[in-house]
Amino acid sequence: MDITTLLQDRILILDGAMGTMIQRYTLTEDDFRGEVFKERSGSLQGNNDLLNLTRPDIIFEIHKAYLEAGADIIETNTFSGTIIAQADYHLEDAVYDINFEGARLAKDAAKLFTDRPRFVAGSIGPTNRTASISPDVNNPGYRAVTFDDLSMAYAQQINALIDGGVDILLIETVFDTLNAKAALFAAEKVFEERNTALPIMVSGTITDLSGRTLSGQTPEAFLISLQHMPLLSIGLNCALGSELMEPYLSALAERAPFAVSAHPNAGLPNAFGQYDETAALMRDKMASFFEKKLVNIVGGCCGTTPEHIRAIADLARKYEPRKWSN
Amino acid sequence: MERILRLSGLEPLVATKESNFVNVGERTNVTGSKAFLRLIREERFEEALAVAREQVEGGAQILDVNMDEAMIDGKTAMVTFLNLIASEPEIAKIPIMIDSSKWEIIEAGLKCWQGKGVVNSISLKEGEEVFLQQAKYIKTMGAAMIVMAFDEVGQADSFDRRVEICSRSYDLLVKKAGIHPNDIIFDPNIFPVATGMEEHALNALDFFRATAWITEHLPGCHISGGVSNVSFSFRGNNAVREAMHAVFLYHAIQNGMDMGIVNPTMLTVYSDIDPILLEHIEDVFFNRRPDATERLLSLAETVQQGVKEVAVEELWRSFELVKRIEHSLVKGIDKYIEEDIALCLPMYEKPLQIIEGPLMSGMNVVGDLFGEGKMFLPQVVKSARVMKKAVAFLQPYIEADSQGEIQKAGKILMATVKGDVHDIGKNIVGVVLACNNYEIIDMGVMVPGNEIVQRAIEEGCDIIGLSGLITPSLDEMVKVASAMEERNLKIPLLIGGATTSKVHTAVKIAPNYSGSVIYVPDASRAVTVAEKLLGGDQGIFQEDVRTDYEKVRQHHEQHAASKRLIPIDAARKNSLKLEFNEHTVSLPKKLGVFSGEIAALDEIIPYIDWSPFFRSWDLHGKFPEILNDEVVGEEARKLLEDAKVCLSEGQQKGWFTPRYVFGIFSAQSEGDDIHIFETNSEKCLHRQIGLRQQTEKVAGQPNLCLSDFIAPINSGVQDYMGCFVVTAGDVTEVCREFELAHDDYKSILLKAVADRIAEAMAEWLHERVRQEYWGYENQALSNEELIAEKYRGIRPAPGYPACPDHYEKLGIFELLKAKETLGVSLTESLAMHPASSVSGWYFAHPDAKYFGITGILFDQFESVCERRGLTPSEHRSWFSSILK
Repeated sequence: MDITTLLQDRILILDGAMGTMIQRYTLTEDDFRGEVFKERSGSLQGNNDLLNLTRPDIIFEIHKAYLEAGADIIETNTFSGTIIAQADYHLEDAVYDINFEGARLAKDAAKLFTDRPRFVAGSIGPTNRTASISPDVNNPGYRAVTFDDLSMAYAQQINALIDGGVDILLIETVFDTLNAKAALFAAEKVFEERNTALPIMVSGTITDLSGRTLSGQTPEAFLISLQHMPLLSIGLNCALGSELMEPYLSALAERAPFAVSAHPNAGLPNAFGQYDETAALMRDKMASFFEKKLVNIVGGCCGTTPEHIRAIADLARKYEPRKWSN
Repeated sequence: MERILRLSGLEPLVATKESNFVNVGERTNVTGSKAFLRLIREERFEEALAVAREQVEGGAQILDVNMDEAMIDGKTAMVTFLNLIASEPEIAKIPIMIDSSKWEIIEAGLKCWQGKGVVNSISLKEGEEVFLQQAKYIKTMGAAMIVMAFDEVGQADSFDRRVEICSRSYDLLVKKAGIHPNDIIFDPNIFPVATGMEEHALNALDFFRATAWITEHLPGCHISGGVSNVSFSFRGNNAVREAMHAVFLYHAIQNGMDMGIVNPTMLTVYSDIDPILLEHIEDVFFNRRPDATERLLSLAETVQQGVKEVAVEELWRSFELVKRIEHSLVKGIDKYIEEDIALCLPMYEKPLQIIEGPLMSGMNVVGDLFGEGKMFLPQVVKSARVMKKAVAFLQPYIEADSQGEIQKAGKILMATVKGDVHDIGKNIVGVVLACNNYEIIDMGVMVPGNEIVQRAIEEGCDIIGLSGLITPSLDEMVKVASAMEERNLKIPLLIGGATTSKVHTAVKIAPNYSGSVIYVPDASRAVTVAEKLLGGDQGIFQEDVRTDYEKVRQHHEQHAASKRLIPIDAARKNSLKLEFNEHTVSLPKKLGVFSGEIAALDEIIPYIDWSPFFRSWDLHGKFPEILNDEVVGEEARKLLEDAKVCLSEGQQKGWFTPRYVFGIFSAQSEGDDIHIFETNSEKCLHRQIGLRQQTEKVAGQPNLCLSDFIAPINSGVQDYMGCFVVTAGDVTEVCREFELAHDDYKSILLKAVADRIAEAMAEWLHERVRQEYWGYENQALSNEELIAEKYRGIRPAPGYPACPDHYEKLGIFELLKAKETLGVSLTESLAMHPASSVSGWYFAHPDAKYFGITGILFDQFESVCERRGLTPSEHRSWFSSILK
């Protein structure tokens, strides 16, 4: 069934954190390198996207766990799958394979579940460079990355994700709206070239209590800046737990002519960088999203696990989705 | 369809029918402002930005930027200027209008703007194909567009032509390019009136009519125009021009114009216009009489040339100087900072004090606001730039300062640790520090610990700053700290990044490095911390941080303890199993109880640790460095002088009666208790009831109890322990005399000095016991080493962390007959009297160490009661603080 129709009907469940799950396996440098990248120089540990190629068994297992927990949409393990993000590991040449295999793995996992439609969203991260902020003090006009660099890199990622079979594109953790605009520009271009179109989800990140993105936009300005595209959904993820995210999510939910998504962190990290919010606690805190009819798609970001997603899915089932008009 | 305009910069601009009119600032336009053109041509971008800021402050809701000039590279100028604007939150909060007749400049401009701006403009001038292509591109880039009433034939100059071109454009845009009508802004051409030419007579009227027609027939779209065109023939007569603009706007808005390029700081209010002038202007606009133009021209000559210089009232400039500097920093305004700093120069003894004083306190305000979520990062970066400008201005004065003791801002190495590629936060910190004259060596991301340390050594860095965003980076930072320790570095280590915290830094990182480790919560704090670390008071600051982090560790331990305690049985199973043999157990040279008094305090004085003395007076810093501290040094020297006078006066007048008693006994442990035996006998003199840690420990970490340091009763190894009481004597009488003489200072001073003597005696006595009586130590240690507890064995005290059970003091006092020997007694609450006394035990095992018990469960409490033969109800009050 078409996802747009499904969204009118019920709240859809997105999966939870990939990084948190990967950490549970306590992998070594060798795991990340595998056979293929054995000879590469520099450390590759921590390059989670690479595991699509070197430890696909683990990624597949994590996808399956989330699908079992009740996720309608799972995200590919391709958050850093651009030549810009992979440049830090000198793995620009692996970008196509990371995305293609990432999409295929997720799709294979989703195919195991035939009870109801399951979708694969190609995860497109912000890269680690900002198009609106200068990293150089003496030159506030300088940019470490340009719109053109970004849109080229994103186009490559999007092509590979589509080749691998994703159903949706998810431009997420948007800390600089200009980066997201470049991703949307790239998507539009790729769709035109391939004469196709996939639904696009966009999810921004409000970094702190200032209620702004890293590049300084308020949620409403963020929405207006991206509203030119016929998005499937707009929403927020990462940086905050559900409680702190709620006012900003409301700002979007009041105005967005699209579905609204939220995948908050399992609270704020504790002093040791771990997320303490248990599945039950997070579920209880997110109840207010449902009661106030703020959301159409919910899931989890940092610190969430299949237990979290199961708890959230069980609760979401009892509520009506948010209504909106275009 | 409703007419709504939705645009954005950092903040939204939503204009509905009710919000009336959106005004576009026009001064950042090289075709309209000669002054602005000059600034751009001479690349004086800072001043060009000031023009933009004035527009925003003056009320512009959109900023028109135009770089179309033959003498400049328009594309580069547009990109540079928009990127600079993006770094100025006060300007970037409003949307930008990218204004150019060159398509490549428009494209380049759109790629720099994260918000939804406006393109000015496109038209049918080059045909439908180009028109549609450009419109689609603008849509994909997320902008609205101004559409000129211009087609293949030419510019619309009549009502009919305006209607014709606008309706055709509208249909094409909405139906063929998929443009939302709300994103279309028509410019139906405002032309000059009163030019003397007959064909211009209807220029205003036709514009009004076309505006009304578009509003009615082309739903959802907007109408804009460059208002100043209308008064072109009155150049030089600003009074009349302003009146004409106001009247024109009034009628255009009535007819549906909802946006306009106007200078908001130079507008007259419609109702304030002289009725006669108004009538004459309206005659022209509505073409009401054939001689309208002549009449207005002749009236204009009589209207006074009252050029109105409307400056935005800058109220804050009337604040007092320090407040003004703070305002400049918080708002990121660099316009007046040099002027204000120059005013500071005669007010401060040294130019450096201006940085340490008003500038740093301003930056602290920035830090606080950021912490409260009232400022956001781009604003903080902006503030840092103002700071930089101020510091740069002061630089020559600082250098000229003859004192020559100026701390050059230092060299800071920054890196994102291995396994982590996130560097945005690190870059921002780098920016802020560099703005404050620090040299930054940025090693980038994923930098292994040994490389960081190596580079820091090679470059002779003053500080290392580590950043990380993901959880595993926290462990990596611990490794870097250890690597620094291995290489014997002493320089401070700064920790920052999203997952880092003060607690993690204090608990996990700091213990691995003997130098300072300091958590920096956000970029705005980095400068303050670096300043303090490298400034004159660095010793004090580092000591304060150390003390503070020690508290954090203790608090954390308490917190953790309260969180996860395990049953006492499990804790006992996880006790520390030490080796007891000839290497670890020393046979004391003398067993038994010994006492004495100290005739000459001179023997004790070298053992005094003065640091806690200063702390009790709220003077923070380490002794003896504190004496030379710039701020508190003089006060500290004075205080120490007074203390020494007090000491010698006390010595002469016999205020102090320093005595001690101690015992060394054979002892064996049994579970958590220690049996203390009579010398050369099997008679148990006392059973010391011990408390054991019940905190859940990580694998390999034992749950400690003091009994773990003594050989078990069935081990076959004879072991020993000691205990002691020392006192400086009772000074309360003397203190009371001072108080009666209203010399409270001296009273407090004497008590503090007496406390120091008691503590010094404990240290002195412990050393004598180790070296003479027990005799296992033969090398003399310096006082610093003593304070740092760099000797074998410990002397824990009841009531302190390793044994929070005060009740055990009774055992010590009983064993040593302390009351009888020293005149020290225990009060009802088991406090020692006189207060300047210290009691405790001696443990000599090489692995004996201090530890803390912060919480116990009821099971252990019950067990203690049982062993003491007391009921829980009568015994409970002694355990209230630790019983969870």
